[in-house]
Amino acid sequence: MKPVLLEVEHLTMRFGGLIAVDDLSFAARQGEITAIIGPNGAGKTTVFNCLTGFYKPTVGRLTLHHPAGPLLLEQMEGFRIAARARVARTFQNIRLFPRMTVLENLIVAQHNVLMRASGFTLGALFGLPRYRHAEQDALERSCLWLERIGLVTRANDEAGSLPYGDQRRLEIARAMCTDPVLLCLDEPAAGLNPRESAELNQFLTGIREREKIGILLIEHDMSVVMGISDHIVVLDYGKRIASGSPGTVRRDPAVIRAYLGEPESDAVPAERT
Amino acid sequence: MTEAAVPTRIASAMKEAGLAAFVALVLAMPMVGLYTVDEGGVLVVRTRFDWVLIGVLVVFAGRLAMAYWPATLRIPARRDAAHVAADGHFNILKFLGIAAISLAVLLPVLPVTDRYVIDVATTVLIYVMLGWGLNIVVGLAGLLDLGYVAFYAVGAYSFALLARNFGLNFWECLPLAGALAALCGILLGFPVLRLRGDYLAIVTLGFGEMIRIVLINWQSFTGGPNGLTSIPRPSFFGLPFTRNPEEGETAFHQFFGLEFAPYHRLAFLYYLILALALVTNAFTMRIRRLPIGRAWEALREDEIACRALGINPTNTKLTAFAIGAMFGGFAGSFFAARQGFISPESFTFIESAMILAVVVLGGMGSQIGVVLAATLLVVLPELGREFAEFRMVLFGAAMIAIMIWRPHGLLARRDPSIVLPPARRGAA
Ligand SMILES: Nc1ncnc2c1ncn2[C@@H]1O[C@H](COP(=O)(O)OP(=O)(O)OP(=O)(O)O)[C@@H](O)[C@H]1O
Ligand SMILES: [Mg+2]
Repeated sequence: MKPVLLEVEHLTMRFGGLIAVDDLSFAARQGEITAIIGPNGAGKTTVFNCLTGFYKPTVGRLTLHHPAGPLLLEQMEGFRIAARARVARTFQNIRLFPRMTVLENLIVAQHNVLMRASGFTLGALFGLPRYRHAEQDALERSCLWLERIGLVTRANDEAGSLPYGDQRRLEIARAMCTDPVLLCLDEPAAGLNPRESAELNQFLTGIREREKIGILLIEHDMSVVMGISDHIVVLDYGKRIASGSPGTVRRDPAVIRAYLGEPESDAVPAERT
Repeated sequence: MTEAAVPTRIASAMKEAGLAAFVALVLAMPMVGLYTVDEGGVLVVRTRFDWVLIGVLVVFAGRLAMAYWPATLRIPARRDAAHVAADGHFNILKFLGIAAISLAVLLPVLPVTDRYVIDVATTVLIYVMLGWGLNIVVGLAGLLDLGYVAFYAVGAYSFALLARNFGLNFWECLPLAGALAALCGILLGFPVLRLRGDYLAIVTLGFGEMIRIVLINWQSFTGGPNGLTSIPRPSFFGLPFTRNPEEGETAFHQFFGLEFAPYHRLAFLYYLILALALVTNAFTMRIRRLPIGRAWEALREDEIACRALGINPTNTKLTAFAIGAMFGGFAGSFFAARQGFISPESFTFIESAMILAVVVLGGMGSQIGVVLAATLLVVLPELGREFAEFRMVLFGAAMIAIMIWRPHGLLARRDPSIVLPPARRGAA
């Protein structure tokens, strides 16, 4: 068993009378892809928003077993979760910096490293060599990821001008440029054609094998979920209704009911758009 | 186009033009159609409906012409500039920039230049500097600041008070004035920068007014509505620009063995603001390529994404606000030194609006666009002086024209802050 990276315990998120996430507990392991699936409005994105500090959970503890010691995410401010706990994420509706170039998007992701190297701007303003080296390193890292997502030739184009699928991959690359220990992907295959989602599978398993980081994956595309997840958590109305390996989950009657609304079908949860 | 489509196009164009003409009629009736004359101490209202008619006809014809303006003649509002710059093609804007700087440096010694020209040019440069300063806040960081004039005022009053009360000279005051303005920027920014868009705009607008009202009411300190007079003039490295210097001082013209001429001081002030403006520009160009500058632009593009990447939005905005304010403060010091007299009247909202117009018309974030817009906004009303009361109409018409044909500003373009060299792009 791989070591646990993220422990979610009794996470509850209320919006007024609506309970979006209801007493949810699960764990994600390092070097594994943990998928969170469930019908629309099940509370998947809300879990991510709690993890990355955009929402303060009503109840619950979110422990990240970081190399430097355990961190309680629910007590940290949003940008610190990314900066210190090194939890990176992508968004369900892509959030690139559309009028900046592809390369700039990746460089901005390395802001904190560069900022320190620039002596909080003053050093770099006077041309310290330390900053120049740091910038060179940032460029190399960006190029590496550009090659991995096949966008080297478009490095100097505006990110907003890329086709949809490229934007999705660029957003993942940008998240990876922050050097995360946990990567949270919100529907990375949404809007991709079957060939592109097959490529995405390879890309994500590549990240898992190479970087040895934990990946949390929200996805409706079952070819992606069933193909690459090590562990699946199924949500419905904010509650965990099942969890386990892809094989277990796809046969779980509660899951089938949640997806199809009728008990007899033994089909894989239907692919939805 | 099918044959049936032609009449509908004409009809719709006529309808549009008719609507525009109607709006013009409603507006022009009270504003142009009525005027007052002084008859033996009594104001009498007169009418001049013929003028209204001319105006309405012009609008009608103009709107019709716009509908039939051949599409090919329209200038694309935004070109894909990134490619051009990145691939190292001959860059016309760079050339334009160098030409503009050369012209600016040579201007005072050109034979056509007289006191009037140098005076207007100095005013242009003040707005260029203010525009560049505000560009950091609005153009780069995307924070709509409607109270920028407050920092201009803080700089001006800092200089005036420090110089009068402590006898500091211009160069000693300049960094202090900048620092005080930046401090004000931080103090204002701290509570308000969590607001966005319109809300931020309204609060900054309020702040600008607050500073002005404090200046008016704090009689004992700021001189109230009367302002501050006899602000020391900057000297040329200790050489004053006076005809008869005080005992033990050498005046500029004596030192260089020249005939005394008031023009020397004007030219010196001109070069001073030119230097200050160029420093602002150099600073902005440099900082855009540093992490903080990129973070500003990223924040303008998407604040939520920034937070997800670990960028501290509050600190990043605060630095933009403070640095923008600092340059406003520098410009304010210069303004006080040039005028020798300041009062709260110089720092009204209209001034903020003017600076913002320079930034927006120039094309947000575009450095050379600011120069163009500042020149236009200062020189146009000057040219319009002959038209007396129609100056503002001319001014407004020019603004509208720019917004129609260049909705993103005169020179909307963005240079990437870092480019991947072609060799690396091809080799991979
Ligand atoms: N900020 C908010 N305020 C109020 N209600 C919210 C908020 N965010 C989410 N919700 C509600 O919480 C529930 C869960 O939403 P969430 O976005 O997490 O669903 P999801 O599982 O991501 O769905 P989808 O598959 O459509 O993306 C929904 O009913 C939604 O309306
Ligand atoms: Mg969602």
